[in-house]
Amino acid sequence: MTADPRAGTVADGPAHALLFLTCRRSQPVADTSQSDDMSPTARTGLSAHWHRLSIRQKQVVWAWAFLAVPIVFYIVVRFYPTGNAFVLSFQEWNLLGSREWVGFENYVDLWNDPVFWIVFVNTFEYLIIGTPISLVISFFVAYHLDKVRFMHGTIRALYFLPFMTSAVAMAWVWRWFYQPVPIGVFNNFLAQFGIPQIEFLQSTSIALPAVLAPAVWAGLGFQVIIFMAGLRAIPPTYYEAARVDGVSNWTMLWEITLPLLKPTIVFLVVFSSIGFLRIFDHVFNMTTNNPGGPLNSTKPLVLMIYETAFGGRSQMGAAAAQTVVLFVILLIVSLVQLRILRDR
Amino acid sequence: MAIAEDIRIKPSSETLLRPDRPKPPLNYAQFIRWALLFLGGVLMVMPLVYMISTSLKYSFEVYNLNLIPEEPTLENYTYVLEDGRFYTWFLNSLIIATLTTISTLIFDSLVGYVLCKFKFRGRYLIFIAILSTLMIPTEMLVIPWYLMSQQLGWLDTYWGIMFPGLMTAFGVFLMKQFFETVPDDFLEAARIDGLNELQIWWSVAMPLVKPALAALAIFVFLGNWTAFIWPLIATTDTALYTLPVGLSSFGDEADVAWELIMTGAAISTLPTLVVFLIFQRFIIRGVVMAGLKG
Repeated sequence: MTADPRAGTVADGPAHALLFLTCRRSQPVADTSQSDDMSPTARTGLSAHWHRLSIRQKQVVWAWAFLAVPIVFYIVVRFYPTGNAFVLSFQEWNLLGSREWVGFENYVDLWNDPVFWIVFVNTFEYLIIGTPISLVISFFVAYHLDKVRFMHGTIRALYFLPFMTSAVAMAWVWRWFYQPVPIGVFNNFLAQFGIPQIEFLQSTSIALPAVLAPAVWAGLGFQVIIFMAGLRAIPPTYYEAARVDGVSNWTMLWEITLPLLKPTIVFLVVFSSIGFLRIFDHVFNMTTNNPGGPLNSTKPLVLMIYETAFGGRSQMGAAAAQTVVLFVILLIVSLVQLRILRDR
Repeated sequence: MAIAEDIRIKPSSETLLRPDRPKPPLNYAQFIRWALLFLGGVLMVMPLVYMISTSLKYSFEVYNLNLIPEEPTLENYTYVLEDGRFYTWFLNSLIIATLTTISTLIFDSLVGYVLCKFKFRGRYLIFIAILSTLMIPTEMLVIPWYLMSQQLGWLDTYWGIMFPGLMTAFGVFLMKQFFETVPDDFLEAARIDGLNELQIWWSVAMPLVKPALAALAIFVFLGNWTAFIWPLIATTDTALYTLPVGLSSFGDEADVAWELIMTGAAISTLPTLVVFLIFQRFIIRGVVMAGLKG
């Protein structure tokens, strides 16, 4: 009905593979009165089938033809590996011998591993320090930048630039900043004022925040931009009405701005939390001489996974169990945050 | 996704760039606000400034905090580039990020288009299945990917580095959202004109969602340009390292030659910074678009 029958045959190519399936399934629906009339003689069987389909049926064929490659991709590169990770977490395998079923042993070993608990606490420290600090700073910047017109675009660009960098490159830049005198920028700066040196990356208590700082820094620009978009969406009339009523700026912030900004806040909290829980690039590159050190004080779960799987001993089963733990942590944290923040 | 339902007042990329705020008063408070913001912005880019400035210094000047080198030199760049490896890594990163971006744009928009505009049984199921993969962190998949690549001989190949990123669920979701804005009448008209579905998608629907494609392209390219953990695992041959992996190994090797490390860092950062400075408004709009719809 639509196209010239001959025009269809070439371009319809990709659809042909799936034709048989659809034809067979749709036979009872198809108009049976036509089935006596087997006239299209010159055509091949397939294209005869194709031209007997209704527009809707053709659309179904097209849809599946378009989806064929993506479906294969999602099965092979997403779903199968996911299943494989779960299965592997119940096995023991060092890449050489055969896979052996060990039940929950990997999980039990992990539970009894003191290093895991250090890592577990570290991972949450990244989240608990990183998310509030970065959100408060970025909201503060966005709130004030929203009220500024002069050089608005330039200032916005300054805050956003670090977001365009690679975590690895910035980890090395910050690593240099943290070096002791006479190399590091921070300590040199402090020394000018006679302040004693801080061993940023050597101290078990300061190393974790020091590693976290560039991650917070690089993410700020994105959060500022998203907050600004949220702020701009609040109609100015709300503020005008409040101002007429003599409401203070502070009250406006708490009673108008923040409540109306809730969707943006929820999005940024969940988004940045997931980011901090998965921190890896910064830690790996700032502590290459002693990954996750000193004394595991900066080691996050992803680094532990990397070391277990690719750090020489190739404990694939144990590493897979750790990835399952990571998955569960991410899932629980996101769900809890969504529940708490959306209800309020 | 579920969050989107909550949005009573929809922020959008358009409102961000519309200067509809009342003109601020000119007083001391406003000036201090501006000055502090500006100062904060300058502090934000200081690490980048220091990186570039140090990459232009001789090694004896590295320990000096001067922002402007006393004797500026490009020697570090010639040294690092003559070594040849950074050149290879740069090329690897460029090729890989470009190809994955193209693939992602094509497939994500195709799937998003089909899920948005075609009515067929199983459509919802496929959408949910694709979205559900967003919950799985990459770190969970790298081990199975590694095992798979090892069996199939994909380690230390471009394909091995690229295959996990050829499509993204986020992109499918984003594109599906944007194809909702394309009126069905347009597509129907093209159908009556005798275009087949492939042509309708490519030449009618795609041009109408160009802003979304651009936004997705920015995210995907940046993501692949800076990707670290998978390329680190998938390559052992230095000739196949991407920039981040190469820089990581180079940093270890250069030890205390910070001016060389800063040069490497600058080489892997400057391209994206320059692109940003050129297309600033456009990129910020794209980021907001992708961030809010996604």
